[in-house]
Amino acid sequence: MSPRESAAGEDRGVSRRAVLAFGGAALAGTLLAPGIRLIEIAGAQVARPAGEPASGKVRWGMLIDTTRCVPDCDKCVQACNTENGLSGGRAPTDPQWIRKIEIRLERTGRTVYAPVMCQHCAQPPCVDVCPTGASFKRADGIVLVDRHTCIGCRYCMMACPYKARSFVHEPLHDQKADVPRGKGCVESCTMCVHRIDKGLTPACVQACPEGVFVFGDLNDPGSAIARRVREIASSQIRPDLALDTAVRYHGI
Amino acid sequence: MNRAAPISRPDRSFYAVAGFALALLVVGLLAAHRMEAGGHVVTGMNNSIVWGVPHVFAIFLIVAASGVLNVASIGSVFGNPVYKTRARLSGLLCLAMLAGGLMVLMLDLGRPERLVVAATHYNFRSVFAWNVFLYSGMFAIVAVYLWTLMEQRMNRHAKSAGLVAFVWRLVLTTGTGSIFGFLVARQGFGSALLAPMFILMSFAWGLAVFYIAQSVIYAWNGMRLPDAIHRRMRNLLGIFVASVLYMVAAQHLTNLYFARQVAFERFALLEGGVYPALFWFGYVLLGSLLPLVLIYAPRLGGQRASLWAALLVVAGAFCQLYAFIIGGQAFPLEMFPGATVRSTFLDGEVAPYVPSWPEFALGIGGVGAALLITVIGVRVLDFLPHDEDADAGRDSARAGVPAREAAATPGVPAAASR
Repeated sequence: MSPRESAAGEDRGVSRRAVLAFGGAALAGTLLAPGIRLIEIAGAQVARPAGEPASGKVRWGMLIDTTRCVPDCDKCVQACNTENGLSGGRAPTDPQWIRKIEIRLERTGRTVYAPVMCQHCAQPPCVDVCPTGASFKRADGIVLVDRHTCIGCRYCMMACPYKARSFVHEPLHDQKADVPRGKGCVESCTMCVHRIDKGLTPACVQACPEGVFVFGDLNDPGSAIARRVREIASSQIRPDLALDTAVRYHGI
Repeated sequence: MNRAAPISRPDRSFYAVAGFALALLVVGLLAAHRMEAGGHVVTGMNNSIVWGVPHVFAIFLIVAASGVLNVASIGSVFGNPVYKTRARLSGLLCLAMLAGGLMVLMLDLGRPERLVVAATHYNFRSVFAWNVFLYSGMFAIVAVYLWTLMEQRMNRHAKSAGLVAFVWRLVLTTGTGSIFGFLVARQGFGSALLAPMFILMSFAWGLAVFYIAQSVIYAWNGMRLPDAIHRRMRNLLGIFVASVLYMVAAQHLTNLYFARQVAFERFALLEGGVYPALFWFGYVLLGSLLPLVLIYAPRLGGQRASLWAALLVVAGAFCQLYAFIIGGQAFPLEMFPGATVRSTFLDGEVAPYVPSWPEFALGIGGVGAALLITVIGVRVLDFLPHDEDADAGRDSARAGVPAREAAATPGVPAAASR
């Protein structure tokens, strides 16, 4: 082959590859785009611009599919501990923002596993009882504790029906910059508010290999979580209390 | 009117008692410092039992503080002269115990240094925040009430001030009971019965504390309580103790009627280990039935027996509060009815709790503070009851008390009256 042919051949080859690549990309884009869009809705949200308050139009929530939760896995718990700088200790005085509960139904003997954390109630008893207003609910439904006004009276722990709150019993070291904590204050799952504000999903949701969690905006009818709770049976823990929790369970 | 000098004992006795009270207070403050420096991990409290022994002491002192004021109310509001002369001591004990109880409550906070936050940030949906107002208001109202009692020019306002104090104390105890009554998710609490039950408990505990304080002060001054007055107070204490027993029975029987509460009742009354033991032996037997026997048994009705009854009522109150507050938390929250649950966070398990010395020391420190305020108050100001000789004598005679005893009226040292 002469250099000229080679060049001509190369020219032709490049042109063919370019056409194939463009066509392939277009085809892939057509096929995958809706899927990518779904993942975006179910996963990462739009980041909240700095200085802008949380929106009352949004209500962050989780659907937990207990039929997918397997016995020997605690990746959600570990991810929570790592993300929030918790010790991971299991002494009665150690904080646990999320724990996995084994639930054995007495009449049938059926056993299910459910990660349980702050249920981010619409009518949170912890917020009602807090004397200083340190326990509060953000506009987007996330229930938090203001570290600067919590006096450590622990009345919110008495009032919480889900045992979701922990008290910091010991001095703290090496805290995470995004998750300020304080000795003598009460704390609980923040739904990884610092991640949500960056457009990310909570650490437990991201860490679960079984797809137990669906996270998203319950108020958006088009969101994956809103569609899912429309399609399948789900319930709240202690629905008799009418607290309207943002965390719902399937399979309990 | 024949009035006695306030206190006439040698200084040595005063300094001994005041020094003892101060020592208790210092021990309490040291315990608070230990908890503040090391965190609540030095206590027996944990994420399941969040209110421990300090709350038992604090709630006893606060509830008894509102109850001890009843003595004054019976005098000022309902015009009973025997109780009217005891109104000052009743007011002083109320302030002292309220201060002691609030001290314990405050020092048991995770962040006691944030008291200013508690005083400047209010959530008016919180019954705790209401209580901050009720407690501080109680101080102010009782202080004004004492002023109307002790300043002659203000005496004409004593009845009005007494009425306000009486209403306020009823609201205050309702508020304290409601702290537990509003806890909807806990089987052991969350009942509207708790507010009136706490009011009755305050009647019994307050009168028992008053009787003990009065007996000690009289003995300290070498005086003897007239038997007629003793009988009135003793009988009233008996009625209050029986009333509390009735309310407690009503609460448990109501729970037993609800199928969803039966498991808790089985725990609280039978299978809960230390909690049913304290309830039955501490509260029911020693703290209620035995005092009732001491009060009403014909052969036992002396002043010594009444003092023992009052002491037992106080001891029973601590047992009752321990079983109620800590037992109520120890029973696992029922999140999944009809299921057996377990987790790393003690779900489905009876929560462990072993109280530590700093907790007891802090509680005793609150008692020390109340004692110190009382001792100094009685020493410095005129808080002793002043019964009129004639009234006391008449009461004693009507009751068939021997003349020698009748002559030993309060305000007059026993030795002098012989």
